[in-house]
Amino acid sequence: MATAQPSSIWQKHAVFEKNSIVLLLGILVAVAIGGLVEIVPLFFLKGTIEEVKGVRPYSPLELAGFNIYVREGCYLCHSQMIRPLRDEVERYGHYSLAAESMYDHPFQWGSKRSGPDLARVGGKYSDDWHRDHMRNPRAVVPASIMPSYPFLEKTPLDYSHIADNMKTLSIVGVPYTQEMIDNAEKDIVAQTSGDAAVAKRYSNAISRDIGGKPTELDALIAYLQRLGTQVDFKLYDDKANIR
Amino acid sequence: MAQASLPAKSMRVGEMGLMAAMAGLAAFSLLVASKAWTPEYGFHAWLFVIGSVAAIGAIFKYYSSRPAETPQMIDGLPNYNYGPVKFSALMGVFWGIAGFTVGLLVALELAFPELINGLPWTNFGRLRPLHTSAVIFAFGGNVLLATSLYVVQRTSRARLAGELAPWFVVLGYNFFILIAGTGYLLGITRSHEYAEPEWYAILWLVVVWVTYLLVFLGTLWKRAEPHIYVANWFYLAFIVTIAMLVLGNNTEVPVSIYSSKSYPVWSGVQDAMIQWWYGHNAVGFFLTAGFLAIMYYFVPKRADRPVYSYRLSIVHFWALIFLYIWAGPHHLHYTALPDWAQTLGMTFSIILWMPSWGGMINGLMTLSGAWDKLRTDPVLRMLVVSVAFYGMSTFEGPLMSVKAVNALSHYTDWGIGHVHSGSLGWVGFVSFGALYCLIPWVFNRKLYSLKLVDWHFWLATIGIVFYISAMWVAGIMQGLMWRAYTPEGFLQYSFVETVEAMHPMYVIRALGGGLFVLGSLIMAYNFYKTLTASQTEEVAGRPALAPAE
Repeated sequence: MATAQPSSIWQKHAVFEKNSIVLLLGILVAVAIGGLVEIVPLFFLKGTIEEVKGVRPYSPLELAGFNIYVREGCYLCHSQMIRPLRDEVERYGHYSLAAESMYDHPFQWGSKRSGPDLARVGGKYSDDWHRDHMRNPRAVVPASIMPSYPFLEKTPLDYSHIADNMKTLSIVGVPYTQEMIDNAEKDIVAQTSGDAAVAKRYSNAISRDIGGKPTELDALIAYLQRLGTQVDFKLYDDKANIR
Repeated sequence: MAQASLPAKSMRVGEMGLMAAMAGLAAFSLLVASKAWTPEYGFHAWLFVIGSVAAIGAIFKYYSSRPAETPQMIDGLPNYNYGPVKFSALMGVFWGIAGFTVGLLVALELAFPELINGLPWTNFGRLRPLHTSAVIFAFGGNVLLATSLYVVQRTSRARLAGELAPWFVVLGYNFFILIAGTGYLLGITRSHEYAEPEWYAILWLVVVWVTYLLVFLGTLWKRAEPHIYVANWFYLAFIVTIAMLVLGNNTEVPVSIYSSKSYPVWSGVQDAMIQWWYGHNAVGFFLTAGFLAIMYYFVPKRADRPVYSYRLSIVHFWALIFLYIWAGPHHLHYTALPDWAQTLGMTFSIILWMPSWGGMINGLMTLSGAWDKLRTDPVLRMLVVSVAFYGMSTFEGPLMSVKAVNALSHYTDWGIGHVHSGSLGWVGFVSFGALYCLIPWVFNRKLYSLKLVDWHFWLATIGIVFYISAMWVAGIMQGLMWRAYTPEGFLQYSFVETVEAMHPMYVIRALGGGLFVLGSLIMAYNFYKTLTASQTEEVAGRPALAPAE
């Protein structure tokens, strides 16, 4: 024990050392402050998520693809967050905006690029390229270290509960309407049979005719092809949101 | 504990209550298993059925073999409860080897992508969370459980609070690991790094964790020492803060009780901030505060010297836990997270360097007057080198949190190297050192071979050096290649060219990881012989009682 003077501040610390509840409360106060200061304002400050046009919730097919992306742990090697640095903007496209991931529950920004960033991969390659690439990445990129995903195109997409998924997402704040939820399964068939009707509920959703019987790979490609394509940067004014 | 001297023992309320709860869980899990939306989730429901039925059997067996009254003291000494300590110490060894081996496997997958390829459950994306969870939560978690349940008893001079509760904690925690780990392989994940387990695994963990807190506090309440020893402050901060972080980061809505899938309430930028508030403090409180508690007990104990400075412990403790929480946003530099939050994260990360080194100094200087032991005692050497690695990675961390440095290091293998100098060097070595002390103590056996500890030490040290140097080179090289321009002003390298360039470094990394695995296998053999080889000489008495301050 310290040889402190009776009035020493070190002796006052004994109150924590002699009472576990006081110690517990002290710890709680000490560890609560930082989180409160850094997190709570993000829900209230207007500048956190800039206002943009074009960002919409995922169509049911894209959502199914998003869930496969999550399931396979793609975020462990691919980021979806382009930083405002010269080389990144030239390599991947316009830097990422907070609004672009506002409907991502959970966020897929990632933290490591063992493979390239995917925030704007949508439209960069054809569906067929993705098909070949997922079957065996080294068939199209010989030096790739990505694993192969041949099982995705062999597995029919199970979307029997896609409406339940959308209902849950609407509880946590994604603006799915009742009409969208009711038509979820129909919209999956529409988006995979070349029926443009799906674009009525989901602006710019691309419908391709693959016979209305999607595999897991089709859903994943629908998701990938949409990444980073929502905001039209020809119209986006990056000064408009400076407050 | 009631003093009534009953002629025959009767079942305690806790035993009956836990059996009833387990029966209820079994019935509920059976219902879920019958209606599960996916076979993967059904499999987990069945694991819950089997686990809870086995628990009922175990409680009954425990009841029939226990004495009517468990004595708190025997011959004037506390009747320490070492059963749960032994179990989690051995599970720590097991999960350590499993986790390191999966790490080696994923390292080889990155170096040789065709090694095992095309199967859903062996792809990198599913194995990587298995590796991180197995080493952090299974290996590290069991070491923390074992040491905390040991240290809190010894420094309080009191038997653990509760009889079934500590067993529920260690068994329940390992069941959580089983659910989480098999879930990753089957594609059940929340895709938050180091927080992948889905909602039902987390609900189970919350029950286990609250019991853990109560066992820990309950033991402190029984203490025969006026002061709570410094290691216990750190253990308590670890337990409480991890509870807060897990609850904050796992705010989610399940799609159905028949579905393993849930959606987090937070999305996008807020989800990112909350995830890294959690993620950085999983490092800060799981991998730092908890293991600093190990340092504050096992280093003085092994060196047979008092903690260097009591005042430094106080400053170290409060400064560390207050500052750590702020550092999360440095994982999100230059992202869509607002600048003010990034700046706060960077500032506090740099300030954090000070208490980190304060703690390192307190640990290292505890050896004052005992430095010569480093020559003769490889266990103490392991503990001391762990503190040195702690100092190195807590210097590197603040450096990498500077935005200008982070612009280069983020998204590259530099981060992987940084994490491993902390986890292999600090967490790994301090755990090994503690296990080499703890297992002989609680089993009342003499450690089989110090020479094998020496081998473990050197293999692991060389392995770490290979690992982190390879990752430094790979990370900095790739960061520089990404931003390299030709004289004409074009990007010089395509992405895949930077991947190709890293191949030699990935091979060296796997080699380093292999050496680390080899060292841990030697440790396991050493423990096996410690527990089974016939020991001619009696162990020189039980370890002396630890003074509580």
